[in-house]
This record gives sequence, structure tokens and C-alpha cells, in this order.
Amino acid sequence: MLSPRQGLLRPVGCGVEELRRRRREREAALRRARREQQLVSKRLLRDDTPEEAEGGSVASILGEAEIQQFLWLAQRGTEEKEREGALVSLRRGLQHPETQQTFIRLEGSMRTLVGLLTSNHALLQLEAARCLHELSHSEQSEVAEACLPATSYLLTYLAGHSSDLIELCLYTLGNLIVESEAGRRQLLPQGIVPALASCIQSPHLPVLEALGYALSQLLQAKEAPKKIIPSVLASSIPQHMLRLLQPGPKLNPGVAVEFAWCLHYIICSQVNNALLITHGAVSTLGLLLLYLAGSVQSPEDAGLELLVCPVLRCLSNLLTEEAVEAEGGQVQLRDERVVVSVFILLQFLLQKHPSLLPEGLWLLNNLTANSPSICTSLLSLDLIKPLLQLLPVSNVVSVLVLTVLCNVAEKGPAYCWHLWPGPLLSSLLDTLALSDTDVVGQSLELLQLLFLYRPEAAQAFLQQSGLQALKRHEEEAQLQDRVLALQQTALHR
Amino acid sequence: MQLPPAVHARLAAGPGAAEPLPVERDPAAGAAPFRFAARLVRFPREHEFFEEGDVQRHLYLQDVLTGVAGVPERPRVPEFTCQMAGCCQVFDTLEDYEHHYHTLHRNVCSFCKRAFPSGHLLDIHILEWHDSLFQVLSERQDMYQCLVEGCTEKFKTSKDRKDHLVRHHLYPGDFRFDKPKKAKGPASPVAAMQVPTEAVGDDGDTMEVCSDHMTPPPEPVGEKRTSRHRIPSTICFGQGASRGFKSTKNKNKHQ
Repeated sequence: MLSPRQGLLRPVGCGVEELRRRRREREAALRRARREQQLVSKRLLRDDTPEEAEGGSVASILGEAEIQQFLWLAQRGTEEKEREGALVSLRRGLQHPETQQTFIRLEGSMRTLVGLLTSNHALLQLEAARCLHELSHSEQSEVAEACLPATSYLLTYLAGHSSDLIELCLYTLGNLIVESEAGRRQLLPQGIVPALASCIQSPHLPVLEALGYALSQLLQAKEAPKKIIPSVLASSIPQHMLRLLQPGPKLNPGVAVEFAWCLHYIICSQVNNALLITHGAVSTLGLLLLYLAGSVQSPEDAGLELLVCPVLRCLSNLLTEEAVEAEGGQVQLRDERVVVSVFILLQFLLQKHPSLLPEGLWLLNNLTANSPSICTSLLSLDLIKPLLQLLPVSNVVSVLVLTVLCNVAEKGPAYCWHLWPGPLLSSLLDTLALSDTDVVGQSLELLQLLFLYRPEAAQAFLQQSGLQALKRHEEEAQLQDRVLALQQTALHR
Repeated sequence: MQLPPAVHARLAAGPGAAEPLPVERDPAAGAAPFRFAARLVRFPREHEFFEEGDVQRHLYLQDVLTGVAGVPERPRVPEFTCQMAGCCQVFDTLEDYEHHYHTLHRNVCSFCKRAFPSGHLLDIHILEWHDSLFQVLSERQDMYQCLVEGCTEKFKTSKDRKDHLVRHHLYPGDFRFDKPKKAKGPASPVAAMQVPTEAVGDDGDTMEVCSDHMTPPPEPVGEKRTSRHRIPSTICFGQGASRGFKSTKNKNKHQ
């Protein structure tokens, strides 16, 4: 599992407050980017090597002459160490945007670098690959695009056997993929999908994680549903992805996270989810859900947390496919352990990532909507009360909780019989005190079902000043009709 | 959020579904002005519902910095030499040795000792360069396979194959692992990668650098270079080789 480490990007002497502020800034930038549908992130692999950390600051910017010098030495130096050292120096300099710009403007520099990449010197090759990787990570698109001549070689090396080199090539490719559509337009005919399909059979975990990253970038592309996902689905990649998501002692969190996101991008593009279902996606994801619920409770398995979000999304979307029924997915998901797992994960999300609660509740909606069995489980396992405890979190969460409760209530008197007496009614009265129209509207829907199937609840409602609670919303355009209908129903019982 | 204690026990127990309570709907349920209907919900790719989780995913991507592009901390071992005949490279980490081996010794042609990046390219090389039957057959049928994995096209000549690589697969015209077999002597740069058994240091032929023109770079000059009448002598292109992607070349230079 890749563990976050402070890299060279963090200046020395940075306080905690400063870090928090930067994180908030980055988060805000990411949100803006997502709203503009420009959400792009690259992965940079760089380590705090002892020499670099010593000075407390990054390497200095290189000028043209220095770059030429290093390139010349790398090509023509007589001593092995001298040649490698030259490339190492170049690489460090390339951490600077200015050096990157100088480099790409220098005639023939990329050509020379590619020459070094394809040379018969193993360590020079690796260093050259690291230089390329640095460049690929640049935020300046012309720098990253200058790396495009190297892609056919990067792909060629994916079929090789040096896992160090393959890993580097994959991360570099991932960065280039996300950089530009021009890059992707080149990589697809160059055979990136078959290359990935071969490479995914590697037993090396770092390679697999890198591959998952590169693939996730490819699948996130705007044109992916039309131009990329069909060929990915036609390859052996989906089966391998599901294999790598199988829960058990062999499950590697870092690898699994990448492929879970890959699966999400494929599924939510709705190209051919039926195919994934025939490959056993529902089964694998269901088992994985149980596994995650079991592990979030123990602190050692911290890496698995990152799997929760994509797994919830994949299952929720897959449940909407007709093919699920055909493959027996419905039967498997009726297993009580599934709904129990969802609740355990909801509890976990409430503690750690409350903003992700809607995702868990979405799954709960899709599980309960058409399943009397699962609704019965909610009642028999005494899960209504914990669900109600989520109401105060936010309006979005409230609406989802109320929707799930409606899913239960709409199944008829046998279900509503278990909903009252109980904490539900007073929770509803509380929600009626709110002003959010969606929340109140959903509360009214639930009340209608409750009054219809459990008339005694209407009486209790009246006794608990329900009419006054309703009155508040008499003027609200979106609620009026329903408020009136409920008032009449309550009074005439 | 407090879960009933039985819940955790339930997770640990075996599979099992609840016997559903009887379903009995009244047509008045969800009737106007009400509108509720139990419904499966599906969110497409760009839906704003995914914003939160997507942002967190990208924070993770941005946060993770690990040691690959730098030299990772690897345990050092007592120095040892590569055991392959004629190779005297020395190592002090297993990973460096592994990379060396895979790069230089793994996919080596037993006939001419050239090393290739992958088994796939090695196989093609052996077939085309060392298999006499290949020459015979190629006169009658298309035998030159496309180099791209997953492409099953075959061609009559290696030139046709190269054209296909360039036009269909957008490969560079001077792809280094597609050198045509030349009948001429050893002086010509034919090798994809040469690994002569004697010396590991010689790689003059692998890169299309004009080996005769190499001179050390000039001392840094004070003035700023604003025009590029002199190509720096250290950097030189292969004759007539295509430039591949033209992105930031100096506008003065005629392309």
C-alpha cells in the first residue's frame, strides 16, 4: 500500500495550520475543477532521498548549458557512474518548472532522452524513465505533451520484465493520458489496451497498482464511454480486475483501490454492465462489501477505507441493471449480511467521512426499493432506530433516510405495523419543524403511507401536536396540497 | 449512530435472507397529491452526486508521494557480479540486478546476442532474422507481423509493416525496435539493441546520434541566445529522421 509520505514539495518548516490551509485550498480547487468537469490529478512518484533532503531545499534550476552538459555526459561519458550521475542531476533539475521549460525548448533534448531510454544500459534506462516521469507530471501542458514521442516505447516496455521500469512507465503513461486528448488519441491506436491487458497478469503488486492508476485515468477521460470502455470491456481486463478485487488475505488495498475506481468509471458510464455482471461483478462486490464491513472496525486495516466509496457506488449502480436478476444477484444481495454491512459502513462513514453518507444511503435505497425481504431485515434486525439517528446530519442525508423509510412503509400494513409505535413518529415531527422543502416533502410522503397503513399512528400524530407542525408549511407552494391532504386524513380517522 | 449488538454477530454468522413479510399495497398510496414510488436510482458519470467522493479520490492521488522516480531505499547487499557470460556488471542491490538482467539478458537472441525489450519482439526478430524458412514463406504469403500486441495484421515486406505501424498505430517512423535486416557488414547500425559479449559499455549504435560529431558542449557564454543559428553540437539528429511530436520547437526554425 502506498503510504503518504512528505515529499520534496513540502517546504521545510511548514506548520500544521499551514498544511491544513493548503489542503483546504486544494480541496476547493478540486471542487471547482469537478464542477467544470475538468477534474484531473496526476500522480508523482518521488522519494526523499537522503542527499536531496539534506540541504533542506530542492535542487536548483538548470540552465540550457547545464542540461546539455548532463545529456552529453549521459550519452558519452566514459564512466558508468558518471553517466548515471549526469542523468540523476538532470532529473533533480527537472523538478523545477523552469528547468522543464528549458529542457523541452532545447532542440533534440527529448530525442536524446528517448535514446537513453532505449539504450542498452539498464540503469541509464531507468534514470531516463525517471526524467520522463518528472516531465509527465508537469502542470504545464506543453511540457507533458513534449513527452508524447516516447509513448510507443513506454508501451513496448510494458511487455518487458523489469518491474521497476514497468511501474515507472505506467505512472508516466497515466500522467500523459490524463494530460490531453491528443495523447489519448495517440495511445489508443498504439495499442495501450492490449498492452495493459497483458501487463495486468503481472504478479508484482507495485506494477498492478501503477496499472490500476493508469487505467483509471484512461477510463475517466471524457471520450471514454464511446472510445475506450468498449475495447476495455472486450479485453480480458474486466476479469482480471474482478480477480484483484476478491476479498481475502491476498487482497492488496493499494491495488484494489485503483481497480475499484476503474470499475466505478466503467459501470457509471453504462456501456455494457450486463457483461460485467456475467463475469461475476455483483458477487465479487457483494463479498467485498462484507469484507470491508468486517475490517473497518479494526484499526490495522486502514488502507481498506478507501475502497468503501467506489464499492458502494459500483453496487448501487449495478443494482439498477436488469441483468442482476438473471444472474441471481438479487438473491445474493438479499443475504442479511449485506444490509448489515451497509449499516456498519454507514456508522463508519458517520465517524470518518460524513460527507460520504449519501453514497451509503443510495445503496440502501437501491437495496430496499424492490425487496420485501431486505425491508423485512431492516425491521427484524432493529435497524430503523440507527437510521433515524442519521436524520440530523444534513438535508441531503435526511431526504435519503426518509426515502429508505418510505421504501419500507410502502410495502403495506405488515411493515408499517413495525414502524409504529416506535421512535419514527417523533422523528417525523422533528423534521416537520425544518424549513427545507425536500426534507419536509419527503416527511409528508412518509406520513401519508404511515397514516394509510397504520391509522393509529395518525391519532398519535394529532396528540403530539402534529397539526401545528403541518400548519407551518401551509403556504409553501410545493407542500400545500400534501399538507392539506394530511390534515384531512388525520382529522377524519 | 448506535447499532444493535446483534448486528456484528449477524455479520459473522452465515448467509441467510429474511422471510419477507407479506406485501399489501393500497392504491391510495402515493396517489395525488402524493407522489412517492419506490424507485431504483442510477447516477451517471458526471452527476454532481459524485462530487464529494471524487474530490476525496483526487486528494488521495495528489497526496500520495512514494519512492519510485527517486532511487528507493533498498537494502544493500555485498557486491556481486552478473553471472552471465561476458557480463561484468557489478551490483549492490537485488533490484538493480533484476532490472539489469531483465533489460540485457532476459530476451536475448541466442543467434546474434541482441537484447530486446520483450519476448514478443524477440520472437519476431528470431523469426525474421534467423529462420530460413521465413524467407521462403514470405515470398508467397504475408509473413511480417505487426509489432503491436493485439494487432493481427501481417505484411508482405518489412517496409509495408513499417508503413502500417506509422499510419495505423501512429508509431514514430524511426521506431528503434523495427530496424530492417540489412545484408551489409557489421558497421551499419542494424541492431535494435546490441549487447556485444565483450563489452557492456558500447552503445554507440543504439541511438541515432552522429557518433563522429560529438564534442563537449561549449563553455557557458554570457550573452543570452536569442536566435538559433548554431545547433548545439552536442545534440544532433539522425539523418532524415522524423521529429515526431512537434510541440515547442523554436518558431525561427523551419520545420
